[in-house]
Amino acid sequence: MYTQGLLHGKDEDRAAPEPAEKLAAFQARIDSEDKIEPNDWMPEAYRRTLIRMISQHAHSEIVGMLPEGNWITRAPSLRRKAALLAKVQDEGGHGLYLYAAAETLGITREEMMEQLLVGKAKYSSIFNYPTLSWADIGAIGWLVDGAAIMNQIPLCRCSYGPYARAMIRICREESFHQRQGFEIMLTLCRGTAEQKAMAQDALDRWWWPSLMMFGPPDADSQHSDLSLRWKIKRFSNDELRQKFVDATVPQGHFLGLTFPDPELRFEEEPGHWRFGAIDWAEFRNVLAGNGPCNRQRLAQRRDAYEGGRWVREAAIAYAEKRRMQAAAE
Amino acid sequence: MSGTCEGAAATPALQDYTLRLADSALILGHRLSEWIGHAPLLEEELALGNLALDLIGEARSLYAYAAEIEGKGRSEDDLAYRRDAGQYRNLLLVEQPNGDFARTTARQLLYSAFAHPFWRALAGSRDEMLAAIAAKAEKEAAYHLRHAGEWLIRLGDGTEESHRRAQAALDELWPYTGEVFERDAVENRLIADGIAPDPAALRPEWQRSVAAVIAEARLKQPTSGWMQSGGRSGRHSEHLGHLLASLQFLQRAYPGASW
Amino acid sequence: MSETPMPLWEVFIRSRSGLAHRHVGSVHAADAAMALQAARDVYTRRGEGLSIWVVPSDAITASDPAQKDMMFEPTASKIYRHPTFYKVPDDVGNM
Repeated sequence: MYTQGLLHGKDEDRAAPEPAEKLAAFQARIDSEDKIEPNDWMPEAYRRTLIRMISQHAHSEIVGMLPEGNWITRAPSLRRKAALLAKVQDEGGHGLYLYAAAETLGITREEMMEQLLVGKAKYSSIFNYPTLSWADIGAIGWLVDGAAIMNQIPLCRCSYGPYARAMIRICREESFHQRQGFEIMLTLCRGTAEQKAMAQDALDRWWWPSLMMFGPPDADSQHSDLSLRWKIKRFSNDELRQKFVDATVPQGHFLGLTFPDPELRFEEEPGHWRFGAIDWAEFRNVLAGNGPCNRQRLAQRRDAYEGGRWVREAAIAYAEKRRMQAAAE
Repeated sequence: MSGTCEGAAATPALQDYTLRLADSALILGHRLSEWIGHAPLLEEELALGNLALDLIGEARSLYAYAAEIEGKGRSEDDLAYRRDAGQYRNLLLVEQPNGDFARTTARQLLYSAFAHPFWRALAGSRDEMLAAIAAKAEKEAAYHLRHAGEWLIRLGDGTEESHRRAQAALDELWPYTGEVFERDAVENRLIADGIAPDPAALRPEWQRSVAAVIAEARLKQPTSGWMQSGGRSGRHSEHLGHLLASLQFLQRAYPGASW
Repeated sequence: MSETPMPLWEVFIRSRSGLAHRHVGSVHAADAAMALQAARDVYTRRGEGLSIWVVPSDAITASDPAQKDMMFEPTASKIYRHPTFYKVPDDVGNM
């Protein structure tokens, strides 16, 4: 999901021409739902698209730890503290599985980290928004993880084996994330007037950014074709976005909350919730680095990485010393 | 159900003792959770998260038991979120700030090298609940000890910089290692009742574990001078107040709310 | 900004006695002891493991992919194309 909205790069078309028979054979494998594995022949564009998509998905997971991690020390009960810590840790784990999957395509973890930290790699725009209250933790679990699940399940059938397998593992672990978020919202909405206001305020701030997670409208995403043909991406942005809205609006009404969209209304035929215009200028701005937290998120990841360099160097130095000692014996 | 504590007089002592263990576990778990988003390696983010979760889990079991012993209907959250620093009973060692990764690792080693034999001894307690909690915690402490030990060895015997930081960490935390072996009236009472182990009896094993790691890490064991103390009686460092202000904020700001 | 890369290790977990080890993914660690710990921390958080194997990724040799009609060069190769699996002499320059 985190990458659904980011697949509008142009690299796919710049590959050197490859033999037609190989391309056709490859497409035939894709069409018959064969899994492509690391040592199989694949078009350069396929490889590059996957590296970009998987690494950006991984980056999204580890950057995503930060807005939620912001509230671990202030979690208002021991049960919530433990649950949030476990959730954020899961996200770190998901990032790790995804980096591992990307590495099977010929890129190193270090290269990917560098791309992220110098601002060359993208990650899901949603994590550039601040978590201002405990209710935001509920909103993120409910909306952001809810949106993520929409995309992740189809990705379990992605044509590239290691990515599909990582996604299956991730989906299995995700099951409690969204429920936890919704339960937090429910507790707040059934709580004091202040808590309910907190929950409403969180929905007001997170609703539109959640819709933007699915990426630009299909009409603006010309480069999705190849991703769809190669079964990297399985549904269009608009399809998933509509699915998300249809699932989520009734949940919000159940909570007794209102959505910050005066145009939101149910259309009997064909049974969808129609919503207002998304501010794509905001989306582009956030992607370009001007969101409320872009600099802060990257700075935190950079500080951790740079600040921790001496630790990694120590581990490597120790291993080298022991290796030399063993060789000398 | 609440173990074999003889007589009403034993109950406050048992509750106090259990609270000490709970507080140390929670404060240390909280400190470790502060590393999320800041760790030097993604694998270590996960490891520190695991350690924190283990400790918070231990704390929750212990708070639940402490509340039960007290018998006033308080919950784990009442104990964790509504006592001020002066009422907290954790060791001073665990409230020390994380500092750099060497500081956190040294703190973990010094704590876990005690916790492991401690939980093992407590698993033989005449109090069934404490024994059960201890049996689980022992396994966790064994892993924490190994994890911290392996890292401190690599930091001590890694690069010049890591060696310097590891030595500094040990030197700065050493004065907090005496407190854990103290005994006061509460402990004396429970030791006599066969409920608590004698902490002094655990010192040789602690010393052996710590010395072994220090030696392999090519570090120097600091000379034992004055030891800081006071956690048991609520005399804490300035750090605890700030830590609790953060931990307890929401419950204090919105009294009576459920979360 | 470049540093010596942390070696990559493939992780295999056996979750119950009597079943075989299964490949679950990879971790980065400086040596075997740390790789084992990392594998435990990353891949057994839900109690999945009874036995963990870690193997340096570049120590594994893979068989040829099965498809004969794909017209590639069949060689017994590494399990995947990772930049650090192939040692390039220093005097070749940046690669």
